[in-house]
Amino acid sequence: MQYDVIIGLEVHAELKTKSKCFCSCKNEYGSSPNSNCCPVCVGLPGALPVLNKYAVEQTIKAGLALGFEINPIAIFERKNYFYPDLAKAYQISQLEKPICVNGHLKVFDKNIPINRIHLEEDAGKLVHSGNETFVDYNRGGVPLIELVTDALKEPHIETADEAIEFLTKLRQIYIYSGVADCELEKGQMRADVNISLRPKGSNRFGTKVEMKNLMGFRSIHSAIEYEIARQKEILDDGGKIEQETRKWDFEKGESYTMRTKENAEDYRYFPDPDLLAVKISADDIERIKKSLPPLPEQIKNKYMQEYGLSEYDTDVLLADKSIADFYEQCITVYPQPKSVANWFTTEILARIKGGAGLGIDKKNLVWLIKAVDEKKIQRLTAKEFLADIWGKDYDAEAEAKKRGIMADLSSDFVFNILDKVMAEKQAVVEQFKREKDEKILNFLVGQVMKETRGKANAQEVMEKLKEKLIQGE
Amino acid sequence: MDITKLSAVEIKQQIKKGTISCVETVQAFLNKIKQFEKYNAILETFDDAIENARIMDKKIKSGFNGKLAGVPIIIKDNILYKNKLCCCGSKFLKNYKAEYNSTVVNKMLSEGAIIIGRANMDEFAMGSSTENSAFGITHNPLDFDRVPGGSSGGSACAVALDMCPIALGTETGGSVRQPASYCGIYGLKPSYGRISRYGVVAFASSLDQVGIFSKTIEDNALMLEVLAGFDENDETSSKTKVEQYTKFENADKLKIGIPNEIIKMIKGMDCENNFFDFINLLKKNGLQIVPVSIKNIELALATYYILAPAEAASNLARFDGVKYTTRNQNAKSLQEIYKKSRSEGFGKEVKRRIMLGNYVLSSGYYDAYYNKAKGVQGLLIEDCLNAFKLCDVLIMPTTVGEAYKIGSKPSDPVETYKEDVFTVTANIVGSPSLSIPFGKGKNKMPLGIQLFGKKFGEKNIYDLALLVEKLVKKEANNAI
Repeated sequence: MQYDVIIGLEVHAELKTKSKCFCSCKNEYGSSPNSNCCPVCVGLPGALPVLNKYAVEQTIKAGLALGFEINPIAIFERKNYFYPDLAKAYQISQLEKPICVNGHLKVFDKNIPINRIHLEEDAGKLVHSGNETFVDYNRGGVPLIELVTDALKEPHIETADEAIEFLTKLRQIYIYSGVADCELEKGQMRADVNISLRPKGSNRFGTKVEMKNLMGFRSIHSAIEYEIARQKEILDDGGKIEQETRKWDFEKGESYTMRTKENAEDYRYFPDPDLLAVKISADDIERIKKSLPPLPEQIKNKYMQEYGLSEYDTDVLLADKSIADFYEQCITVYPQPKSVANWFTTEILARIKGGAGLGIDKKNLVWLIKAVDEKKIQRLTAKEFLADIWGKDYDAEAEAKKRGIMADLSSDFVFNILDKVMAEKQAVVEQFKREKDEKILNFLVGQVMKETRGKANAQEVMEKLKEKLIQGE
Repeated sequence: MDITKLSAVEIKQQIKKGTISCVETVQAFLNKIKQFEKYNAILETFDDAIENARIMDKKIKSGFNGKLAGVPIIIKDNILYKNKLCCCGSKFLKNYKAEYNSTVVNKMLSEGAIIIGRANMDEFAMGSSTENSAFGITHNPLDFDRVPGGSSGGSACAVALDMCPIALGTETGGSVRQPASYCGIYGLKPSYGRISRYGVVAFASSLDQVGIFSKTIEDNALMLEVLAGFDENDETSSKTKVEQYTKFENADKLKIGIPNEIIKMIKGMDCENNFFDFINLLKKNGLQIVPVSIKNIELALATYYILAPAEAASNLARFDGVKYTTRNQNAKSLQEIYKKSRSEGFGKEVKRRIMLGNYVLSSGYYDAYYNKAKGVQGLLIEDCLNAFKLCDVLIMPTTVGEAYKIGSKPSDPVETYKEDVFTVTANIVGSPSLSIPFGKGKNKMPLGIQLFGKKFGEKNIYDLALLVEKLVKKEANNAI
């Protein structure tokens, strides 16, 4: 049987802020356990939350970047449940009045509707060690935004590829707008996925199954494909899908039941009486809109239209904001976007993808690219040279000069060598004069280039050599 | 001179003059606490009290002139004072030491107060008799067989027995005014947001306020002046300007409102005659009395017993046996840690309210209970706003009658809840209300009258209270 697949996403991202959401503790990854804690974020008796206004601004920023409407009044609510990583046994979150409502994100040719983005606090982390379990509350109270797609509206996310494209684009927008770093390996972006199937063409929703806390795009992709296949199989066999929450086992590549509908938690949400309603004025929204940095879509247009880059090159450059930023810096000092882009999409990215990190600074890179463009260094020589100085503390220009790899464009230099080679390879020269064979000419060029140790331009040598040989006739 | 009979204002003056020292003062009150130990009002006197008094004596000599310089204070067992136990009357927190100072403690200390001990209370402030403490029942200062009221019964008893001139309690639905009435002293519940709640263990956050017990109206006003004001650690604290409550003004032009509904409600209650006596006293002395209406006031009690438990259930969830609360040692799983520790740690009344609160918040019942109660809260606020268009201060009895005998309440908790019928409205609408001692019940136990003000209208009610105090004295003199 043929099915329509409907995929809903709930995406959590840790906001980039100096301090936590409801206290002044540092929002910092990797500190020693329980070092960024205070009475508020460990939920000591009597402690009260005070809203970090910047976290609200960041959430608004995220919303504006995705074309959301901003609620003029937003309310924080308590989501009550017991777990040791949740210090107060409730999470401050939003339910009825989130900060952002009704947004969209374009995925391939679909404009996927998004229900909301709300602000909430993250929980701490459990650390297991043998028989014992410890709690680290450093992450407790870190501001988190949760985005929820609107699977009730069309179009839907229907495939694992679309879901990953959605997440990739979302991540890029969060990073470019400065809202979140979204480092996946640090758990700064996590997703819950829910999936339901229905007979093709039906307009009733099937039973949805939720998969919780997926980290890393690869496992999300596999988890979705696995779940679609699992549900198909059950439905094809005439079975019924049970409403449940499943957990993805990354190592085994399969999912298992975490809890069924009967065991579903009742979170007993109610407005948090410790926090005032957040009023967001049109002026606030306008001010934040103005502070929004250029977003990937805008930058892409600029690269393609103004810089004349291909869509492929543009996408490659924009995939990593730190690369795109470095590219922008380079072309402000050397406004040759195409030439610079060429170096980025080949040499620079290949080196970074190899895990080497960015191993050259703006000054050296721009000098090198310019030198090649001005034919002061041979492209091939320059590539080898780049590999040599990558990650080292050289001044490129001084080092190139020291190594004697700069092209010598003086005609004497090239002519002298031409004469020398022609004298040495008398027989070959004669053969060319007879046969006019290009291969022979290329051989001679190669000999000259060898003699110049790469300091000359092969094209020029070819031309000069031709001139000489023809002149000689 | 018996120092313990002095008011805070008098103590401050005597210490400043040098007639008594701060050490002597604190010692005198500590002796009183020892003398009346059997009332079980005080859970602990702080062993650094004398040392702090000695330091304060030096400070005062070198010119320190804090508003509470040298005044001994007792705090309720749910107000955090760093490095001191704070048990909330619960065995669940029996070993819990405060890790930081509450804002009210900081404010008192910076004005020179000496905090000498902590007072007994109903567990987590749930109760109206101080019979629900894990550390034993507190007795009424005027009749050992009766309750002092609650939940701040320890603080009220302490002030009435001269163990301190001023004590702090906390209010959620009458926990300061009711024991003040039962013990024959002044008890203020300030406007919601007037005093920071930071460092006060929460019961129902939207209703909680720190309250003040005192023997004189001047002392009460003095303490509010110290405690009131915005606190950046409490979003719900108000930025409304703090008035000079100790600068009393003539109150004889204030219009006094009497809710018609109250007149109906008190028919046949013990407080009925006394309330009319009070009205007559005001009338006789030319105060303007206006009838007003708070038409939904009869719904206040039900509203309170939905909103307060709902918030309490969430606020008390952090006491889970995982962190600072006592963990059941037989628990074999996480679920068991929660279940066994909480079953064992909380007392009966607390468990009852947690269950009630979770029930009214649970899906399927939320709209029927919690949301409806929020709606009624809105109506009550509107009722009060309308009433205050016609008057400056409302009056009503504080309690149904006088303090009852220990153990005399029937096992049906709702019967005990009904005791709060006159006090909960002030908490629900966020108004200030002061219980002043006035009259006696049929067993010669004290009764109280509430002066119920507009939000942030504490000044009016203090002014009126001082006037009433004068009128009562005049009346007594005339009677002689």
